Amino acid sequence: MQDTRSPDLDGIRAEEPAGRRFGSISGDVSGEGRYALRFLILIILFVLVFFGSFVLGRYSVSVSELFRILSKGPFLHSGDIQDAVVWNIRMPRILCAMLVGAALSTAGASYQGMFRNPMVSPDLLGASTGAGFGAAMAILLSLGYVGIMVCAFSFGLLAVFLAYMVSRMSRLESTLSMVLSGVMISSLFSACTSFVKLVADTEDQLPAITYWLMGSLTSVKNVDAIFAFVPIIIGLIPILLLRWRINLLTVSEAEAKAMGLNTEQLRLIVIICATLITSASVAVSGMIGWVGLVIPHFCRLIYGYDYRRLVPASILMGATFLMIVDDVSRCITTSEIPLGILTSFIGAPVFIYLILTGGEDRGR
Amino acid sequence: MGVKVEHLRFSYDEKVNVLKDISFRADSGDVLAVLGPNGVGKSTLFQCLLGFLRPSEGTVELEGRDVQHMTNSERAKAIAYIPQSAAPVFNYTVLDIVTMGMTGQMRMFESPGPEHRERAMETLRSLGMDHLAHRGCNQISGGERQLMLLARALVQDAKILLMDEPTANLDYGNSYRVMERICTLGSRGFTVIFSSHEPGHALRYADRVLALLDGTVLAEGTPAEVLTEEALTRLYGIPVAVREVDVNGTGFPVSVPYRDE
Repeated sequence: MQDTRSPDLDGIRAEEPAGRRFGSISGDVSGEGRYALRFLILIILFVLVFFGSFVLGRYSVSVSELFRILSKGPFLHSGDIQDAVVWNIRMPRILCAMLVGAALSTAGASYQGMFRNPMVSPDLLGASTGAGFGAAMAILLSLGYVGIMVCAFSFGLLAVFLAYMVSRMSRLESTLSMVLSGVMISSLFSACTSFVKLVADTEDQLPAITYWLMGSLTSVKNVDAIFAFVPIIIGLIPILLLRWRINLLTVSEAEAKAMGLNTEQLRLIVIICATLITSASVAVSGMIGWVGLVIPHFCRLIYGYDYRRLVPASILMGATFLMIVDDVSRCITTSEIPLGILTSFIGAPVFIYLILTGGEDRGR
Repeated sequence: MGVKVEHLRFSYDEKVNVLKDISFRADSGDVLAVLGPNGVGKSTLFQCLLGFLRPSEGTVELEGRDVQHMTNSERAKAIAYIPQSAAPVFNYTVLDIVTMGMTGQMRMFESPGPEHRERAMETLRSLGMDHLAHRGCNQISGGERQLMLLARALVQDAKILLMDEPTANLDYGNSYRVMERICTLGSRGFTVIFSSHEPGHALRYADRVLALLDGTVLAEGTPAEVLTEEALTRLYGIPVAVREVDVNGTGFPVSVPYRDE
């Protein structure tokens, strides 16, 4: 362990606090301990929303019935309709909302750090639009539900791969070229999706494509939750393990390298993981905007900027947020409102508020 | 040990050499000022010293080892870099920023623990900055921010400190305070290399001066040897007078540009 006394520095100790000498701004903040309580509150909220989501909905399930059904486990169905509602309808839906919310907000936080830009969202590199095109094409070709998911996932990854290759060939600075090529590839896939919609059958396919692109968890099944779970967990684990190092990507390239960071390697790992979880999310739920942009902002507001706290906070808050949005989606009207519409209704005004108030440093 | 540069050449496009046969050394305890007009290749030289650019010819040795043969973490243990200024996009606390300096000492998946934070706090304390530890780095003054970057470099445990115009964005008072601290680092065993556009800083705070012009070494030696009126006039293309000013019985060399009537 390092010697903490720093004997070399005795001679440069300031004679009086530098704050007075440099005329600093007053108003210090407290240390690390306060975040523990905030995490505890978030965890309690997450658990409450998780179980509360089973109770909410048009088919009424009381809390006591819920715990009775859950305690029986997924493989001991009595044929009771309540068992089916809890295990076959609400469970996959809640799990998918949780996974997609956690994935999109973590991908957003990761992309924002990597591109040193708090306005970046998970679809920046074309993952969402690529996946959207894949799904639209699968619907056009009547490939069925699994086909939609596989196509969405494959084209999401393809879009980011193309963006990455274009940026590698560019002579521009790496971050800028990555953003520009992402915008370009995104635009290209967006045009392709429009073309698919143009040639789609207006009776069946066009409404299906349009509804899917709005983002929804209406028809998810247990197999979808498993399909989403595997790539999302595979993508989340490296981001969680490397979250301290992601902090260093937010300073300049030269500073990060000089501190011993292999920036190229870390950036590649983060891109692959964030894209994997974004594509997996879009493949299951369609395109749900704003989560990846707004949730990391809120997390910074409450838990600070350090990715050691930001990543777990984004996972928990993103999951909680999307579970709540999905509850609202299936409760406020008889025909469900697509999640993408609701997240836009919530996300856009909140984001405008954050921009107008310079919100990130308030209350920290 | 320190830094040893021999016959360093570098070109970006293999046609025009930005650096042409640069040789110099800075030993432990030296405070070396690098002077030269804009575009002379100071930043390129610094990138070569940090190992980010591979020289076309010649070698850069840090603590006796070729920088091109060092891994990222080995380089981080040998040399720390302090940029002109830091305006992070995200408003990390001062303590977070300083703790980042220890990343090279951590394993791949390791996060800083209490001992790392304590060490960062100790370094901040030694600079009289501990009361700002939990303040946002965008909520402190320019001078404090520069000291924060110095603290981050110091926890890196490198004995060579490379500073790119450390006072470029500071006011008169803060420039003085920061330079006063920098010059004491040499006497504590650090090898300090800083670039500056202010010859007065080199005259007053450096042990040695490297004057660059057109990608070559115009002169190298003590400030008195290198920073003559002729050399400064040639370096910056304007007439410069060098005088000694007596303040309370101590002589301070100063450089003054003037209009050639």
